[in-house]
Amino acid sequence: METIQTDVAIIGAGGAGLRAAIALAEESPNLKISLISKVYPMRSHTCAAEGGAAGVVKPDDSFDQHFHDTVGGGDWLCDQDAVEYFIHEAPKELTQLEHWGCPWNREADGSVAVRPFGGMKIKRTWFAADKSGFHILHTLFQTSLQFPQIERYDEYFATDLLVDDGRCRGLTAIEMRSGQMRRFNARAVIIAGGGAGRMFRFNTNGAIKTGDGMAMAYRAGAALKDMEFVQYHPTGLPNTGTLLTEACRGEGGVLLNKNNYRFLQDYGMGPETPLGKPVLKTMELGPRDRVSQSAWHEFQKGNGVKTPWGDCIWLDMRHLGEKKINERLPFVRDICISYLGIDPVTDMVPIRPVVHYMMGGIHTDINAASSVPGLFAAGECACVSINGANRLGSNSLVETLVFGRRAALSAAAYVSGAKTGNEAALSARADEAQARLRELFMRNDGDETVAGLRREMTDTMEEGAGIYRTQEGLSRTCDKISELRRRYRNVVLTDKTNVYNTDLFNTLELGNLLDCAEAVAVSGRERKESRGAHQRLDFVGRDDVNYLKHSMAHYNGLEPPAVDYLDVVITKSQPGVRDYSGAKK
Amino acid sequence: MMDVRVAERQTDLEILRYNPEIAGEPKLERYTVPTKTEWCVLDALNYLKDNVDPTLTYRWSCHMQVCGSCGMMINGEPKLACKAMLRDYPGVIRIEPLAHFPVERDLVAVADDFLAKLKRVKPYLIPLEKRLPEDGEYRQTPAQLKRYRQFAMCINCMLCYAACPEYGLHPKFIGPAAISLAHRYNRDSRDGGRDERQEEIATAEGVWECTFVGACSEVCPKHVDPAAALQQVKVASTVDWYLEHFMSWVQK
Repeated sequence: METIQTDVAIIGAGGAGLRAAIALAEESPNLKISLISKVYPMRSHTCAAEGGAAGVVKPDDSFDQHFHDTVGGGDWLCDQDAVEYFIHEAPKELTQLEHWGCPWNREADGSVAVRPFGGMKIKRTWFAADKSGFHILHTLFQTSLQFPQIERYDEYFATDLLVDDGRCRGLTAIEMRSGQMRRFNARAVIIAGGGAGRMFRFNTNGAIKTGDGMAMAYRAGAALKDMEFVQYHPTGLPNTGTLLTEACRGEGGVLLNKNNYRFLQDYGMGPETPLGKPVLKTMELGPRDRVSQSAWHEFQKGNGVKTPWGDCIWLDMRHLGEKKINERLPFVRDICISYLGIDPVTDMVPIRPVVHYMMGGIHTDINAASSVPGLFAAGECACVSINGANRLGSNSLVETLVFGRRAALSAAAYVSGAKTGNEAALSARADEAQARLRELFMRNDGDETVAGLRREMTDTMEEGAGIYRTQEGLSRTCDKISELRRRYRNVVLTDKTNVYNTDLFNTLELGNLLDCAEAVAVSGRERKESRGAHQRLDFVGRDDVNYLKHSMAHYNGLEPPAVDYLDVVITKSQPGVRDYSGAKK
Repeated sequence: MMDVRVAERQTDLEILRYNPEIAGEPKLERYTVPTKTEWCVLDALNYLKDNVDPTLTYRWSCHMQVCGSCGMMINGEPKLACKAMLRDYPGVIRIEPLAHFPVERDLVAVADDFLAKLKRVKPYLIPLEKRLPEDGEYRQTPAQLKRYRQFAMCINCMLCYAACPEYGLHPKFIGPAAISLAHRYNRDSRDGGRDERQEEIATAEGVWECTFVGACSEVCPKHVDPAAALQQVKVASTVDWYLEHFMSWVQK
């Protein structure tokens, strides 16, 4: 097997991976960097983020406010030391992006403009129309092109981490155009592989978001933290699941039930605010978990709008007018017209809550280091945790930047003291990875298909691990996923050729999704309380006595993961009431 | 009930299949797929892959017209498969890999040439005046932003290369997207790197290769208007030439 020697290998080339690569190139210019991704960097799912990125920059704002919005928004499951670091780094990172050319929207005086976002008490979301993630990703990608020490391995599918003597020392990856496996001997590895939303049937995520990085780390002995916390975004298109940014509401769009009633006022987020004059941190600018949960309750009450795709609610943006929609939400308008044939300038848009983001991920400390020495993680695949039980919109893009850089600094420091691994042992690990792949290739006697198993997985996740959960539903889903993981061993490839074999990659992706899905379901079954995005019909309300802690799922082969708990870091904000009642105060 | 009809229909697809490991020329295979009128071509491909032939090979990810993965020829025109709505294609739909690029397999085009060209034009800010994050942001008015924003919308989907007859004839041509991105930075009030980029783009392989057919702008899914970028670069480099040769005492 061809071996590539490198200092730091980065898996994933979206926001976090590119930021890490640039940080290493700028701040440790003598290191050799391998940036490995199963897609070209500009295809990474960071491009789909629309609304913007939060950072304290305006004189009416303060770090304290961003801290409290984030910690309260996360239902006090955030690690407060990590949040503190995050909010202080956020404006530096956003300014750095500005210096690299990011086309942020501007005020008349030329300063950066900010927009309101859900759960934020002050306007602090930097934005580039409704294509903020796209511009961030392309700015990072284009900036990275000037550094010769960043060696890109585009369209390389990472399969396994190489761990020897308890330390991560590289990985194996398949060069997709040849089908050949390569070994990367790295002194440190950073995983920036994104989320795993594709385990659900109805989601905003791109096809590539299959939890590869999470699953790889998990199998290599790193814990997956807080996996039960899955964010539903309130406003997805009902047929395709396509995201309509929270900025639709930030700019003044409102949510209505079938009686044209702004129902959020019935769920602790009222009183109603005047049309076209959104008030921060209340009504339509409540946090995503609460807004999605309210929509669910409306459906139970029979107040949903009946559509060919099931119950929906209305997103009404008509009063914003064509000019504002074209200036602030042009992409949203395009998407509604393309996929629904509805123009938000003249008509209300049916929407429904849709799986969007994983708060959980690879457990890291505040330095982006996982529990496996030499392995670091950043971005959606990681759980630091700044998002707690519910992420606030516009914190995740910044998280990729802040902790992408942090992971790079930590990896560089680690590398300076890291000894080289045992060549024979690493070679043996790589051969094992190749043997597993060969076994899959040669297998002829199974009767399972990727599409079939995937359908069963997304169905059971949707049924048992959705917005509201019960012991019974979660247990059924746990059993089902466990069964699917066994049946996965009987998948037979239809495609046995080498060049760009997507049948093979889809199979590996399904395996990764199943591993992550089991961690979600089992961690959810074990958390017998309701907090943030994890809502139990049989355990209503938060239980700080027993569950003010992070769940940690440990890989256990074909058996379900063992789950234990880790204390939350609390520095200055004791758990309190999440209040989104606006003017009532 | 909403006034939206989701009708079903049978859709005929002809897809160019090619696998370099299996002997033979690329050939069109015909499939009939049950589809819904609200679907795009990508949905039909995904149906085929999941239910009929898992060996069908194409790139896709976001399904929302922004990642740029799923560019392909649809009835002879370069399109994003996620933006080509079935309702606009009443008859048989012919699907082929993007024109003018070598084919890796089926609908997967080799993107190496485009990526090399993109890198060559230095599509990153070369600051006019260096700043540190603690100095705060550069000031840039909405009007200054507007001067380049359109050209920053490029998603690198390569449809414009597939549409460009010049690129088809002269593969050395740097091409519409890369030149547009160079132009994007040239027009940015924060940038001082124009001279460096002009060395690449104001050349025979750069804008002077373009014969202004305008096909690039017609197929661009993001309305970047690369043809306008190329024309503006031509005009600017002509001005440079006059300044250099007849008014060499004037600062450019």
